[in-house]
Amino acid sequence: MTNKTGPQRFRLQRALLDARQMSRMIRRMAGELVERHDELDRMLLVGIRTRGVPLAKRLRDEIAAMEDVTLPLGVLDITLYRDDLSTIGPHPVVRETRLPEPIDGRVVVLCDDVLFTGRTIRAALDELNDYGRPRAVRLAVLIDRGHRELPIQADVVGAQVQTARSEQVEVGFEGIDEADGARVLKPVEGEAR
Amino acid sequence: MKRADGNRQVCDTKRIVRGGRVIDPSQDLDRVLDVAIEDGKVAELGENLDAAGAEVTDAAGLVVTPGLIDIHVHLREPGFEYKETVASGVRSAAAGGFTAVACMANTLPVHDHRAVTELIMTEADRHPFARVYPIGAITRGLGGEDLAEIGDMVAAGAVAISDDGLPVSSAAMMRRALLYAQHYDVPVIQHAEDLDLTADGVMHEGEWSTRLGLPGIPALAEDVMVARDLLLSADTGGRYHVAHLSTGRSLAMVREAKRRGLSVTCEVSPHHLLLTDREVADSTFSTATKMKPPLRSSADVEALVEGLTDGTVDVIASDHAPHHPDEKDVQFSVAPFGILGLETTVSLCLDRLVRPGILDLAALVRLLSTGPARVLGLPGGSLEPGRPADLTLIDLEREVTVRSEDFHSRSCNTPFDGWQLTGAAVGTLLGGQPVTL
Amino acid sequence: MSDTAPLRETPDAADTAWTRKHLLGIADLSPSEIELILDTAESFREVGERPIKKVPTLRGKTVMNLFFEPSTRTRSSFELAEKRLSADSLNFSGSGSALSKGETLIDTARNLEAMAPDLVVIRHQHPGVPHLLAERIDAGIINAGDGAHEHPTQALLDAFTIRQHKGGLEGLEVAIVGDIEHSRVVRSNIHLLTKMGARVTVAGLRTMMPVEVEKMGVRAAYDLGEATRGADVVMMLRVQLERQAGGSLFPSVREYFRLFGLSPERLKRAKEDAIVMHPGPMNRGTEISSLVADGTRSVILEQVANGVAVRMAVLYLLMAARGAAV
Repeated sequence: MTNKTGPQRFRLQRALLDARQMSRMIRRMAGELVERHDELDRMLLVGIRTRGVPLAKRLRDEIAAMEDVTLPLGVLDITLYRDDLSTIGPHPVVRETRLPEPIDGRVVVLCDDVLFTGRTIRAALDELNDYGRPRAVRLAVLIDRGHRELPIQADVVGAQVQTARSEQVEVGFEGIDEADGARVLKPVEGEAR
Repeated sequence: MKRADGNRQVCDTKRIVRGGRVIDPSQDLDRVLDVAIEDGKVAELGENLDAAGAEVTDAAGLVVTPGLIDIHVHLREPGFEYKETVASGVRSAAAGGFTAVACMANTLPVHDHRAVTELIMTEADRHPFARVYPIGAITRGLGGEDLAEIGDMVAAGAVAISDDGLPVSSAAMMRRALLYAQHYDVPVIQHAEDLDLTADGVMHEGEWSTRLGLPGIPALAEDVMVARDLLLSADTGGRYHVAHLSTGRSLAMVREAKRRGLSVTCEVSPHHLLLTDREVADSTFSTATKMKPPLRSSADVEALVEGLTDGTVDVIASDHAPHHPDEKDVQFSVAPFGILGLETTVSLCLDRLVRPGILDLAALVRLLSTGPARVLGLPGGSLEPGRPADLTLIDLEREVTVRSEDFHSRSCNTPFDGWQLTGAAVGTLLGGQPVTL
Repeated sequence: MSDTAPLRETPDAADTAWTRKHLLGIADLSPSEIELILDTAESFREVGERPIKKVPTLRGKTVMNLFFEPSTRTRSSFELAEKRLSADSLNFSGSGSALSKGETLIDTARNLEAMAPDLVVIRHQHPGVPHLLAERIDAGIINAGDGAHEHPTQALLDAFTIRQHKGGLEGLEVAIVGDIEHSRVVRSNIHLLTKMGARVTVAGLRTMMPVEVEKMGVRAAYDLGEATRGADVVMMLRVQLERQAGGSLFPSVREYFRLFGLSPERLKRAKEDAIVMHPGPMNRGTEISSLVADGTRSVILEQVANGVAVRMAVLYLLMAARGAAV
């Protein structure tokens, strides 16, 4: 997760993915989803705001190209389910959650850009729970950067990346960001909080 | 004890107040002079007076004025000693540069009979920090229905009558009071307010009461009463004094009445000259901005200031109204009306009226000393030889910060807390004796 | 890609920061703060449409509802908002609580503070009481109506409702009709609507019009037809009949309705798509006829529904700001 609270500055530590690598990776993830889970007709892709949403869309497009089936797409805003309301700082913007159809009996694939402590996924699971009882919930993430604080694992992972806890993993998606890509940032010395 | 001596003993030593700038509007005087004092009275004014056998008070660099007089204070004794007492009130007066105060009758029991007059005079004698001139009630129990024993109270030392805190609502009663008071040659002081128009109002009715949703007290509530009373005064020939006049329209009526030769005088309070109704909003409903009459509009303030300079206003009086912190530490709507004044009036007037050139110093001394003495017929207000040697010493350059926790008053309800002001009374002499607190 | 050039152009969060600990009035708010509340409320409205209309956001937080004046609508709306956010809520009402037993407001506040609430929702008959509490206690304060001063959440839910129907507030003609002098709803609405660029006309009997109301940036009218002509929104205020007891401001309900009651006939002067609002509770036949109140232009029940979403948004933003300050 990114640190939204303050003026901590980060600078580039290393690049992880460029646009081409990222496209390839998403295609492979789509393949794995199709391959490993034969419940395509029950599947519902749900992106976690903010950058799980473009990931979910891209997965849907890739799957559509492979299998000629367009999966329904949902959006989850987990702000209201976070356990850190007191620490998220002065930008607590809440946006809508939008699930296209009831999730009871469906296979929900939660999509997010980065898997870190696992708390976001915990919140997302709680929220899904309030919407119904899915048959199964799977997790697809582009980057698993480690440092889990909860017993949560992804089913489909683009890349496992070793990071220091203080570093930041930043993923960009064309359309809402400059370009596709991912990189590791580290805090600028002397300004660590 | 004779009334003319106020309530304290005179002293028989000689004293010279040396080298001060003496400002005495009663003699049109503004010069560096010595003041010689003998037997508690002013003996002589002159340059380089002989100090042989006299104690000397060095007043070099200071302004020396006839003792300042606040003719509108509430000493709260008897009955409300938790707010103020005669003892704390006269100390507060001395600290603020006043040598005399006139105190209102809304005590408990009400000062509507001689026993209360005597109690106040006795207390004042025990605490000789400033003279105390009691004002008796017009009506029994401030009830507005039966005349109090005015003659009896005057014989015991009362100098005027007023139901202050409440108006005399009945025109018939006011007419009777204006007639009856003439037997004792005392002025009738009116708290001019039509209570029906005030209704449940708590601040001036205007833009700010509208914005804050607080019930308003229209200027009309004062104007209607002043207009009525001026007719009654003209008809009866009685001496009529408007307490804490606060509106431009009332001021204009008084100006016109004076022009026509009526026996009418009026006073204004420093807060009505310096603050507007907007203060209630700016202070976020501070109960220190709640008083009667309420802080008025800026147009009213401008009119009052003009009244100071053109002579319509006779007196600046503080309406010193102590309330216990517990009483004021409530929401605006239920807080009692009133703020302190004795320890802020002089510095406020010097800093906000004299320094900016709105009022010259002699005019201020007239409003705080000569004028008040004339309105109530008191012996002070002048340094003519033979007058009581009550003096106030003023340092025009003294920088002070208003600190309500340092007040000598028992209360601390002031909207001026923290104000930084230049100019202050630095001492008083009472009957020729320096007052030490 | 340089070392510091951002890969992401847009920040995750909106530019608007919410940093206030209290919601005391609309007068203090900036247009962007108002917009943030309304946008946030938009998301909370969706929560009300979920199968489980409850989110865990304020779990473990305590909200006190302190109502010194009778209120059904506002109190229930706050309560529901609190429950949907999973806060623990406590209700105190004026009658039966310590205040009616002579305790001062400050003492009541201190006692409440000893129970360490996170937020206090207060309604009081005296203007400025929420401000006084905000000065004295640590909890965040939400003004649920202070005398005739402000009722910020009402104005916010009104604006939310107007926005739903009109798309925005800027440039709208809004007529507010009724007892202007004694209404906190009108004051908060005037602040909000004028800040957001709407034009406001207030109308009512001359005996119920506060002095110098024009200085708040509105037009005053003394005729219903003049006020509603060309209006996009007609907001009727409740005539407080209980005020009629001591010194009446008008001779009779009959005569009041004749001058300022909103009938279908009179609504014709407004724009064709004008909406009719009322903060409730209504006096049918006094300020509004049933034909209008229950008619197609009426959005009165939507206002009630929106109240919950708006109050959830306010509770949420204040609590988040409170957390950030720690």
